Amino acid sequence: MSELSAPGAQTLDAILTAYGHSPTQLVQILREVQGAQHHIPPAAQAHIASALGLPIGQVQAVVAFYAFFHEQPMGRYRVLFSDNITDRMLGSQALFEHMLGRLKLRADEVSADGAVSVGLASCTGMCDQGPAMLVNNRAITRLTPRRVDEICELIRSAVPLADWPSYYFKVEDNIRRADVLLGAQWVPGEALRAAIARGPTGLLSEMKVSNLRGRGGAGFTTAVKWEAARVAEGSARYVVCNADEGEPGTFKDRVLLQSFAGHVFEGMTIAAYAIGAQRGFLYLRGEYTYLLPALQAHLAGLRHSRLLGASICGVPGFDFDIEIHVGAGAYVCGEETALIESLEGKPGRPRIRPPFPVTHGYLGQPTVVNNVETLCKVLEIATHGGAHYAGLGTKQSTGTKILSVAGDVERPGLYEYPFGVRINQVLEDCGARNPQAVQISGAAGMCLSAREFGRRISFEDVPTAGSFMVFGPQRDMFEVARNFAHFFAHESCGFCTPCRVGTTVVANIMDKIANGHGTQYEMNELGHLADVIKGSAHCGLGTAACNAVVETVEKFRPAYEQRLKRMDFEPAFDLDAALAPTRALSGRDDAGAHLAQDMEPH
Amino acid sequence: MRDIAHCMSIDGEPVPFVPGQTVLQAAQAAGVFIPHLCAHPEFTPHGSCKLCTVKVNGRAGSACTLQALPGLEVQSNTPELNSRRRVLLQMLFVEGHHFCPGCEKSGNCQLQALAYEMEMLTPHFAHFYPNRAVDGSHPDVLLDMNRCVMCELCVRASRDVDGKNVFALAGRGMASHIVVNSPSGKLGDSDLAVTDRAASICPVGAILPKRVGFAVPIGQRQYDLHPISAQVEQAVSTLAQGDKEPAA
Repeated sequence: MSELSAPGAQTLDAILTAYGHSPTQLVQILREVQGAQHHIPPAAQAHIASALGLPIGQVQAVVAFYAFFHEQPMGRYRVLFSDNITDRMLGSQALFEHMLGRLKLRADEVSADGAVSVGLASCTGMCDQGPAMLVNNRAITRLTPRRVDEICELIRSAVPLADWPSYYFKVEDNIRRADVLLGAQWVPGEALRAAIARGPTGLLSEMKVSNLRGRGGAGFTTAVKWEAARVAEGSARYVVCNADEGEPGTFKDRVLLQSFAGHVFEGMTIAAYAIGAQRGFLYLRGEYTYLLPALQAHLAGLRHSRLLGASICGVPGFDFDIEIHVGAGAYVCGEETALIESLEGKPGRPRIRPPFPVTHGYLGQPTVVNNVETLCKVLEIATHGGAHYAGLGTKQSTGTKILSVAGDVERPGLYEYPFGVRINQVLEDCGARNPQAVQISGAAGMCLSAREFGRRISFEDVPTAGSFMVFGPQRDMFEVARNFAHFFAHESCGFCTPCRVGTTVVANIMDKIANGHGTQYEMNELGHLADVIKGSAHCGLGTAACNAVVETVEKFRPAYEQRLKRMDFEPAFDLDAALAPTRALSGRDDAGAHLAQDMEPH
Repeated sequence: MRDIAHCMSIDGEPVPFVPGQTVLQAAQAAGVFIPHLCAHPEFTPHGSCKLCTVKVNGRAGSACTLQALPGLEVQSNTPELNSRRRVLLQMLFVEGHHFCPGCEKSGNCQLQALAYEMEMLTPHFAHFYPNRAVDGSHPDVLLDMNRCVMCELCVRASRDVDGKNVFALAGRGMASHIVVNSPSGKLGDSDLAVTDRAASICPVGAILPKRVGFAVPIGQRQYDLHPISAQVEQAVSTLAQGDKEPAA
């Protein structure tokens, strides 16, 4: 292995020192190294391992786990096109091919001068202003062929990213319907002082009355979580804000962090007050790194005004501060135990549950993990009380919910409604013309067809984490499901057999159908595989991985059937294709050098 | 007959347990076979292979991580669950390269033995044909990644028993793979010894001691003589792991 150069070692040591040589900061350290040197070579990994007292294999494991870490150089400009179905519907695939053509590159190939590579990324959370890309983790929105040409020119001229036109990086809020969260007046510290006036137990009883449930999708009652963490035995308690908003199609947390960060941090501080935590983490997805400087500045301001730090609001013993951890491209880290693993500097593999984080979370201590939006909602309860909060929404789903609306609509963006709103109402408000389907709560969620548009957004009917993707009559629902199948195969952590292998088998079968080689046999296989994967996967990613396939087969079967061959079975192994290397070697391409595979009755 | 407070049922038969035992540990102690690959009596439950998936009061869960509780009604040896296990085994077969006739682990291999037990007749799915490395750099131990099933028993054995951390699981999804903790990444440059627990724990043929492959002829090996279901391992100790965190 090559040795580290002296300047290389200096950069690493400065980063290691900034993070206190702490192994729990490994993901952060690697993120900084990746940012500074555009890759993390084996020599750097060895240096970091030895400085942190870790086995080198552990550092390698982390580097290899996260999509944004690279052992090999990936170009000084690493371009990633967001590959969510909503980006595709806005023409991202043509732009991707266009850019590769302009730069004379294949996907993920690094240019000969080491300047650039172009690849694909899972949804980057810019669905309302796509097609979008990331360049060295900076988000660029509203791509057009012209903008892609300009970007190619900037790269060719080696213009530093910081000097690119600032309007490229403009990220809009697009708040289309504001209710009590997005529309109300907010005075910093007011809710926190109200919470302190109620006392921890008083606040918890208001939380119970409010029946606030988690906005991350699972809908667990927040008060129960907080109570459990408060009474659990432990030497320290932690509050974690889950801002790893990776579900395809959702972007509400990005807007909350961009324009309502004070709400988020105040909600975390109130949670800390309720459970007795002294330390909090905001786990920010790597795709939202552009928000980091503003969030850090906001935290500094809070410390300055004594809303964070020691004796908050003058209450002796109420000490709490917040650190921001940035993810590195792993959807699975949205699962709370995977997120905690990542916070501890490890690959984001979900833990065995029980025990749950409320008793054994970060470093084995009681930990509350709440979604960004959930924490914002806490402010309303602290200020106005639980009964007032429960006045909106339905009995089982109180308060309001923010939807991230994208796809075939005239006005994509955020829509905040009281729970119980009908799908039809949302479609009318956002200007959806004759939609055939809505995918709710992302790739892991539900696919509703037109006959179900009378259903309601609520935990008891159509639960959602916020993603609301609309598909017009011209869209091919098979391609939607195929996009999601590949998403799960790409994002599976690899821990358990059914998800690691099964999601790839499913994606391969979807490709076989897309390529015109599918038969009724494949249709049966999809159903059977979905049953096995759902029934045995280790975490929610695996159990949800086949939802979209199963639902589109059920509700949009013609989209599949029009691709199927009439025969019962076609082998996956293509005899004629297998002869291609031999044909190339022998220079033959005559009829005798081909084998027929067509078993279709003539 | 039995202390009701410490008794559950597996496929309708009463099975006693010691508080703190998992369903799999209690089953093994009672001589009841539940298929498994990543679980091992000497180690913390892992829960990754999912072959031990059972139904408890109607819900699916891994027998190796579920706590045994009074009155649990566990279903394990049912056509539905065994059909799922067969699919999981087929997934493992197509994910790597498993050529039993040419493998010196044949007859001592748990993957092969479970495939026989679950009456797996073909791999069923299209093979992935991954490009994986063989590492022959160690003088006494061969590492053949083609046969790895990602159970992480070698990782756990090296870390928890040998205190060496020779192996780690790296990568994500289908790119998951075992890496060796040495400057070159080669097994020969690690401090693994053939006497280490990690060198003999592999349930398949990924980690093999050299020069002893055919000391016992094929046909006279562990699972050649009796099916795996007739050889339930007795837990060497009762591992109460309920409060422990899973391996990283």
